[in-house]
Amino acid sequence: MKVLRDSWLMFKSQFNVSRRNPVWLFIGMFQPICYLLLFAPLLKNLVGMPGFPRGGAYNIFTPGLMVMMAIFGVGFAGFGIIGRLRSGFIERMRVTPVSRLAMILGTLGVDICLFLVQLVLLVGVGLLLGFRPDPGGLALLALLLILSGMAMACFSYALALLFKDESGLAASINLVVLPLLLLSGTMLPLSFAPETLRNIAKANPFAYAVDASRALVAGNPGDSSVVKAFVILGVLAIITTFWATRSMRQAAM
Amino acid sequence: MDTLSQLPATTVATNGAVPQPQKGKALIKTQGLTRTFKSRKGTVEAVRGVDLEVRQGEIFGFLGPNGAGKTTTMRILTTLMPASGGTATVCGFDLRRDLGKVRRQIGYVSQSGGAEPAETGRENLLLQGRIYGMNSKEARQRAAELIARLDMDAFADRLVKTYSGGQKRRLDVALGIMHRPELLFLDEPTTGLDPQSRARIWDEVRALHAQGMTIFLTTHYMDEADGLCNRLAIIDHGQIVSQGSPETLKQEIAGDIISLGLDTQSDAVARVTGQLRDRPFVREIQPTAEGLQLYVSQGETVLPEVLRTLDADHIAIRTVTLARPTLDDVFLRRTGRSLRESNGNA
Ligand SMILES: Nc1ncnc2c1ncn2[C@@H]1O[C@H](COP(=O)(O)OP(=O)(O)O)[C@@H](O)[C@H]1O
Ligand SMILES: [Mg+2]
Repeated sequence: MKVLRDSWLMFKSQFNVSRRNPVWLFIGMFQPICYLLLFAPLLKNLVGMPGFPRGGAYNIFTPGLMVMMAIFGVGFAGFGIIGRLRSGFIERMRVTPVSRLAMILGTLGVDICLFLVQLVLLVGVGLLLGFRPDPGGLALLALLLILSGMAMACFSYALALLFKDESGLAASINLVVLPLLLLSGTMLPLSFAPETLRNIAKANPFAYAVDASRALVAGNPGDSSVVKAFVILGVLAIITTFWATRSMRQAAM
Repeated sequence: MDTLSQLPATTVATNGAVPQPQKGKALIKTQGLTRTFKSRKGTVEAVRGVDLEVRQGEIFGFLGPNGAGKTTTMRILTTLMPASGGTATVCGFDLRRDLGKVRRQIGYVSQSGGAEPAETGRENLLLQGRIYGMNSKEARQRAAELIARLDMDAFADRLVKTYSGGQKRRLDVALGIMHRPELLFLDEPTTGLDPQSRARIWDEVRALHAQGMTIFLTTHYMDEADGLCNRLAIIDHGQIVSQGSPETLKQEIAGDIISLGLDTQSDAVARVTGQLRDRPFVREIQPTAEGLQLYVSQGETVLPEVLRTLDADHIAIRTVTLARPTLDDVFLRRTGRSLRESNGNA
């Protein structure tokens, strides 16, 4: 109970901070919208090629961009933690009896809300261009994306608490994010990839998310990729949450 | 060395008004506390065997130059980091076992404060109150009370990032006492503040003390330690070099101090030392950067005699000051360095 109460308090505080600095909302959106407007049209000519999954270009590409947003946009959530380390806010909290898990969950709540707003905007733009998702599948996809966002955000928090400065966080996140993205099949389906790449991609949890997202959008929630993705990302979300909480407990500056 | 002129006249007067330390129970007790930092550049022994006892109802000062280990000690006592060695109890709870219980009893104002800059002062206060278990009505009342008491009405509803240094510091103190802690830690509460803001913080510390709060503060200002604290410990290089009330500490330098400004290039220092060493009223002679310090009894009476003697020997004296001993003299006596010089760029 105390965890829930504390999480709500930390959520409200973090919400005030994010609300007053809405630029992050748009920075996170910028890239996926660019891809949707400037890259997806190129894919149209690939539809029907051998190896290209069935479904329209936007039905293939938009779900991938949603996962991309979970990796890229949410991956930089740790910058908020750096700011609060610098201001001494986190140190002040660590002297109080506030739950350390709640310190993570409160911040996470705000970052996930931000992420959901971005997703809604992205889907809106997608719909205008010709994205036609299965409604039930889209709802399930939202859940899967929340798990992906949680995993990525907590990973970013833990790195922020480890490095404690912007440059360390930026360098380590960039190091991780780009391979995760390229090996997830977001840009082009991995079915185009040579065998070796496809095997490496098997170690990328977000590749499962992309597979599952396409199945969900196509209206196949029973597809085996869906269950797999939920389990993998669910477990990952829990592990990273505990990792971030542990780092918060030990974050002596 | 015009050490006396460093002390504002009010310090002496208010000093008398501070209640004498009561013989309360010990709220902080440490034994052989140590803390070592390991990094690639080697190890730093920041705290090297600190024994402290802070009793209920005291304003206890931790005085020392930059890098002496004050913040590190305080961070150990406020549960922020574990000690490398030694034992400590805070409010009766062991720091190794009962972190949670310690946290409920203490308030902490770090050197940098820790208010959220993108929230208003009031929002910061409300969060602090709620975290300690107040419901929202209690938190609102308490926040309003502190805002009025610390004169923050004009800016309490502005974002903290727009505050001046003095306004920010008042909010920091309010955050530290929001939940009415039994023991309040203040890390360098007035460093970097203008004189007026300093005086405000001092007044607030005295008011809190009058209400029964025990206060442990660090400072590298000797006037702050002298004017505000009932008892203090002087720390240097991670070790306590002296401990007691400001009066007791200064009494260890019995008598007065005559500071002579001399031409240190010539043999003047040696000749003065030779002339005065065996006079009965001279207790100690210590060379300084500007010349010499004589520790004497009854400075007013012996000063003319000192001057006559040196004049007869044709020793050129540039400046003369007669002063009561200050904590800086205690520090100098114990460490061989001046506290103000050790503070360097602070
Ligand atoms: N996290 C840390 N890592 C390494 N060295 C540290 C750390 N914190 C403090 N120190 C070192 O410990 C010594 C004491 O520092 P500190 O306690 O901050 O002194 P003070 O508060 O008295 O100015 C300094 O030499 C400082 O550089
Ligand atoms: Mg310090």
